[in-house]
Amino acid sequence: MADSIKLKAKSKGGVTSVKALINHPMETGLRKDKKTGQVIPAHFIQEVACDLNGKRVMTAYWGGSVSKNPYLAFNVNGGAAGDKMTLSWTDNKGEKDSVEETVG
Amino acid sequence: MSMKRRTFLKGTVAAVGVAAAAGLLSPRAVLAAWPKAAFDAKSMADAEAAAGLGGAAHSDAIEIKAPDIAENGAVVPITVTSGIDGTTSISILASENGTPMAAQFELGEGAQGMVSVRIKMGKTSDVYGMVKAGGKVYANKKQVKVTIGGCGG
Repeated sequence: MADSIKLKAKSKGGVTSVKALINHPMETGLRKDKKTGQVIPAHFIQEVACDLNGKRVMTAYWGGSVSKNPYLAFNVNGGAAGDKMTLSWTDNKGEKDSVEETVG
Repeated sequence: MSMKRRTFLKGTVAAVGVAAAAGLLSPRAVLAAWPKAAFDAKSMADAEAAAGLGGAAHSDAIEIKAPDIAENGAVVPITVTSGIDGTTSISILASENGTPMAAQFELGEGAQGMVSVRIKMGKTSDVYGMVKAGGKVYANKKQVKVTIGGCGG
């Protein structure tokens, strides 16, 4: 499952910019299957955590109204080339994934 | 003297061990912190109250970057930048969505007051960027016109 996340972290002028793309259906639980009329059960990421060198820099709580295959970007002070950036997510079904990337 | 030093070292090692164990357990603890009430809330007022964002003061220091017109409501790129010192959390809400609360970002040490994410919008509505800083809540909004809604079939 580790290929569900694309993570990029780049350090420039003492600021590390983090960009991530996660493959996830992000179902709200309100949508209906057009063919069967059945409600598609909710399945969305609830929490995304990002650590820089093992230190938590950002925690995101998401609801079903975050788009499918979510994109996330933010900046952190500090961080240099070679530092370790990790990102992990957990969804409402308890599925999870994480990835570690070297800051470039 | 050397005995005391030995004891001190042992104590330190134990403390680090406990800290590591706590660190390993933290993801579960954090997940329990998922603010269900805020995400389940059906109105802006309820969502604000549940997320502790009530009584927000308007602030132009919060910049919301979003399209004026979103052709596809399923993917509306939103960037909220907070110019307020000591910003600890940024929340994004779409007022006319069935459940307005879209995302809440808790910023750790060193994180700048900027987050970018894509959200779904059911119809034309105001997108709110709400910021917690120094125990106070600030908010700004921007209207996004939605041509095709992004919720439902």
